[in-house]
Amino acid sequence: MTDKKLMKGNIAVCHGAIAANCDAFFGYPITPQNEIPEKMSELMPQHGRVFLQAESEVAAINMVYGAAAAGKRAMTSSSSPGISLKMEGLSYIAACELPCVVVNVQRGGPGLGNTLPGQADYFQAVKGGGHGDYRLLTIAPWSVQECYEFMPLAFDLADRYRNPVMVLMDAIVGQMIEPVELHANFEIHEYPKPWATNGARGRARNIINSLWIDSAVMEDLNNRLQAKYEQARRHEVRLWEYRTGDAELILVAYGSTARICRTVVDMAREEGMPVGLLRLISLFPFPEREINALAKQGARFLAVEMSAGQMVEDVRLAVNGLTDVGFYGRTGGSVPTPAEILDRVRETLHKPPVMSTQARREVS
Amino acid sequence: MQKVYSRPKGLTDAEFAYCAGCFHSVAHRMIAEVMEELDIIDRTIGVCPVGCAVFMYEYMACDMIEAAHGRAPAVATGVKRVLPDRIVFSYQGDGDLASIGTAEIIHAAARGENITVIFINNTTYGMTGGQMAPTTLVGQKSTTCPSGRDPKQAGYPLRVCELLATLDGPSYIERVAPTNPAGFNRTKKAIRKAFENQLEGKGFSLVEILSNCPTQWKMSPIESLKWIDEHMTKTFPPGVFVDR
Repeated sequence: MTDKKLMKGNIAVCHGAIAANCDAFFGYPITPQNEIPEKMSELMPQHGRVFLQAESEVAAINMVYGAAAAGKRAMTSSSSPGISLKMEGLSYIAACELPCVVVNVQRGGPGLGNTLPGQADYFQAVKGGGHGDYRLLTIAPWSVQECYEFMPLAFDLADRYRNPVMVLMDAIVGQMIEPVELHANFEIHEYPKPWATNGARGRARNIINSLWIDSAVMEDLNNRLQAKYEQARRHEVRLWEYRTGDAELILVAYGSTARICRTVVDMAREEGMPVGLLRLISLFPFPEREINALAKQGARFLAVEMSAGQMVEDVRLAVNGLTDVGFYGRTGGSVPTPAEILDRVRETLHKPPVMSTQARREVS
Repeated sequence: MQKVYSRPKGLTDAEFAYCAGCFHSVAHRMIAEVMEELDIIDRTIGVCPVGCAVFMYEYMACDMIEAAHGRAPAVATGVKRVLPDRIVFSYQGDGDLASIGTAEIIHAAARGENITVIFINNTTYGMTGGQMAPTTLVGQKSTTCPSGRDPKQAGYPLRVCELLATLDGPSYIERVAPTNPAGFNRTKKAIRKAFENQLEGKGFSLVEILSNCPTQWKMSPIESLKWIDEHMTKTFPPGVFVDR
């Protein structure tokens, strides 16, 4: 048991990366993630590792590409507009099946937006983001403790699946200060990387490439990627259920919004309303089966996010028409208050469900 | 009988798919020879571009990475920073290095990144069909400036060596024209020096090779060499720009 320290989520990300044996960090300044490159410029050299401030987010992700191709654990961090610039590189990295970690401390958008919290990069994170059929494994911490603990998890997932992993945060999670225990209660696995381009000494030369002129070969790569994502769907779904056992209405949220929703659940329960929370930890893979099972039990859903309605689409796909899925969102850097979500909860529970319990049984 | 010419060990057995007379074949062979002479094939990582040389990974006997268009210096930086005892080179055309990848090459040079860059300047986008390049000469025709490059509309060609020579970072910058035996030997020497510098830890080295594109220039290989000497060298004079 180590002592708890007070720190920002962004700083905890850095300690998590060090604990995960991250070999190289390449980044570029953008608010609200600047504490990450700043702290990494101090920590990485202290641990004999590589820190480099790149000339752009485009260069940073391509430096990550090179370091990952060389067989090292590499990462970058940015915020929404900067993450858009990394999408070309991420498509290449996914196509080359290279591991890396990207932290997105989301801000208000679109465009230059503002430096306030947002969750409107959800589609970009979980649907691929760049060109072509690929996915980023995406996990979303909701506390400073998790900002620390999810970095070793992210690097492990990246190496295990040979795929880029996105740690999707927002300005609240990155900037808030909480006590964190910088423990070492995780195993750091070493993954053999016989594919790495680190010099062909005593072996045949290696090539890292995503150009396949023959459509059959290119399709084989796509099939291999999709098989990998199917494995992830089976094994890497992570979520946390709170008071869902008897809930008639389940809030679905992630990151800082899920923290607000936990408060809303307690407030609703005090008023006697049967409300629960499904907090998503993995956004891709999405907990499709779990949500579908809850829908079959008769629960209705209310998706809450700092966007105009992105995650709610995946909830609706998972529910597949079995029950009602409502949405409450704020955008542009505005954060939903517990009171306004509670109003929506009251309103939702006051209305009769579109489908009767009997009808739902017949469907399922 | 003594064998005086054979395939360098730095090349694979794959046949070049380049057009007859194209300097990509010449540049590839020289890099392969240098890797063999310096005995670095098994510790070299090459980063190839988007363009005609996109298949370079088929031809070189060392480890190779295919980069996105223009990003080779950033990818090479990533490799070199985590594996400082390996030899890392990028190989880029003029569209790749001097247009879409301008930021990456300038900053790799400014950092004095200890890598070797081989820059093939043939004043055109060969693979995509002969469009105007950042190095297309004033008045030169291309598929996107069919009546010749007009500076009023399309600006002027970019001189990469002169531009990078203003920086403190680079250790060695030279432009060569392998259009005759002397130029050929000069080119090989320059490539060798650019790799030796890296072995010695001197930092960023770039060799610009004035190259031809007989196919898109619609010339015979011999005519294309004359055109380099008579026209290209006026805008892009060969010479050593930095050596320190």
